[in-house]
Amino acid sequence: MYDTRDSMISDKDMEKLLSLARIEVSPEEKAKLIKDVESILSYVSEIENAAEGEAAPNRSVLRNVMREDGEPHESGLFTGALLKAAPKRDGDYIAVKKIL
Amino acid sequence: MKPDLKNLTIVEALRGLENKTWTARDLAESALLAIETCEKDVHAYLEVFDDVRAQADAADAARNRGEKGALLGIPLVLKDNILIKGRRASAGSKILEGYVASYDSTVAKKLKKEGAVFIGRANMDEFAMGSSTENSAYGPTRNPFDTSRVPGGSSGGSAAAVAMGGALAGFGTDTGGSVRQPASFCGLVGLKPTYGSVSRSGIIALGTSLDQVGPLTHSVEDSEILFSITHGHDVLDSTSLPDSFYEKKEKLKALPVIGVPRAFIKEGLDPEVRRVFAEAEERFRSLGCEIKDIELPNARFALSIYYIVLPAEVSANLARYDGMRYGLHVSGDNLLQDYMKTRGQGFGPEPRRRIILGTYVLSHGYYDAYYNKAMAVRDRLTDDFKKAFSEVDIILTPTAPTPAFKLGEKTNDPLTMYLEDIFTVPVSLAGVPALSVPAGVAKVDGKELPVGIQIIAPFAREDLLFHVGKLFEGK
Repeated sequence: MYDTRDSMISDKDMEKLLSLARIEVSPEEKAKLIKDVESILSYVSEIENAAEGEAAPNRSVLRNVMREDGEPHESGLFTGALLKAAPKRDGDYIAVKKIL
Repeated sequence: MKPDLKNLTIVEALRGLENKTWTARDLAESALLAIETCEKDVHAYLEVFDDVRAQADAADAARNRGEKGALLGIPLVLKDNILIKGRRASAGSKILEGYVASYDSTVAKKLKKEGAVFIGRANMDEFAMGSSTENSAYGPTRNPFDTSRVPGGSSGGSAAAVAMGGALAGFGTDTGGSVRQPASFCGLVGLKPTYGSVSRSGIIALGTSLDQVGPLTHSVEDSEILFSITHGHDVLDSTSLPDSFYEKKEKLKALPVIGVPRAFIKEGLDPEVRRVFAEAEERFRSLGCEIKDIELPNARFALSIYYIVLPAEVSANLARYDGMRYGLHVSGDNLLQDYMKTRGQGFGPEPRRRIILGTYVLSHGYYDAYYNKAMAVRDRLTDDFKKAFSEVDIILTPTAPTPAFKLGEKTNDPLTMYLEDIFTVPVSLAGVPALSVPAGVAKVDGKELPVGIQIIAPFAREDLLFHVGKLFEGK
């Protein structure tokens, strides 16, 4: 069990979180985010005080929700409609910047 | 004849259409007139469709041809996170500005099939995150009862549109109270169906273990009509309940036994809401209902569970907005910068807060302390409801702890806004259905503001909600 009450988020921690979440913000916004997230975390940390007891069983009833194998529809039927929304395309591909 | 939609129900409107007292065009004109009159002060709509009259005329023509449809010619408003093919959908966010839906949500498809007329897209808190509609990237919506106050949220646009007569009924989405609380603030009936009972195919996701689509209406009967049209199993939504869950109902008792979680609703309640709630209890008693005090021991942890589980789901659901496939794209020096800039500029403050919070509670080293612990307590809370429902038929609480508050009153500290959902969030976490019904008015600063009560039923027992709701309405 971690002692979450003392969890202070350092500037560096927030940098890491922002980079994991792929969000770029200004330094002023970063400071405000730290303050807000800390205040919410300190509130939700009361969850620590909730009764432990025995672990509650996983009661979700599992059932198969996958469709049967097979061709769902004619290939390319929706390609045009979906690609129309892409900010940048190259023929039937979505164009992005170089990955490597 | 053009009836005022503010004082009309779907049932009455359909009767008028049947009797030729008015036409679908009349109903549409009435909605458009209300929009013209009120919209500059209320801002319920992000877009009023330019083909409303054509849709209405088509409905009239269909009716004249003898075609049937349970909603033929009925003007509805949909929240901006419910996709209608060929129409824009932004979820109140800049990151989806200009996005045009490439398919119909199942809800929209079912409403179209019944002949509904869509007036427009309703404003909402960005990605449905909020309780006041102030988090919309396109400016706040105001409450038609007092435009210095909020309509509630996140489905505040839909609620305000219906309350001002700009549509006969509407749809919102409810994750932690986003249909019920605006219903309470705007004097409407608002339903949060059982988790899984209405398909989420084509609904822009917020919290996948919580989201449901629900109607905002002028009467309980209207709510029942819209629920019965939209609910049902859908192969396009893997969390959709098989229809067998809704078979074999016990017979309804004429007078339900009502449970009130007395200790839970004691704190933080506005005095006027307290008075309206006491009067509602008295009304049920005078109708002959037995009222019992019950316990929901883990309900006090509900907001903490919610603000761990929901941000976790948000951080996953909102990962798809990357500026590559649709919506906003901001170009940087390389691919990573494209992502960072698109998401940095596309998301407003509240989505950013929740994405970061979710990233934190799911990160290595904190996962057990937050997410797993929250899920364990969520199971306990669900058990609390089960236990309570072995003693009573329904549970009654206020819908929200306050009547409509002023714009800006709760925007400085996110936590004060989160507290608005204290009575609605436990229900969402347990997955059971609930209905907010108008119960009276709060007198605040010389104005009369609507106040609702929340009726909660066991899993898949919407029939019980409608029965008790009508009983309370006096119908």
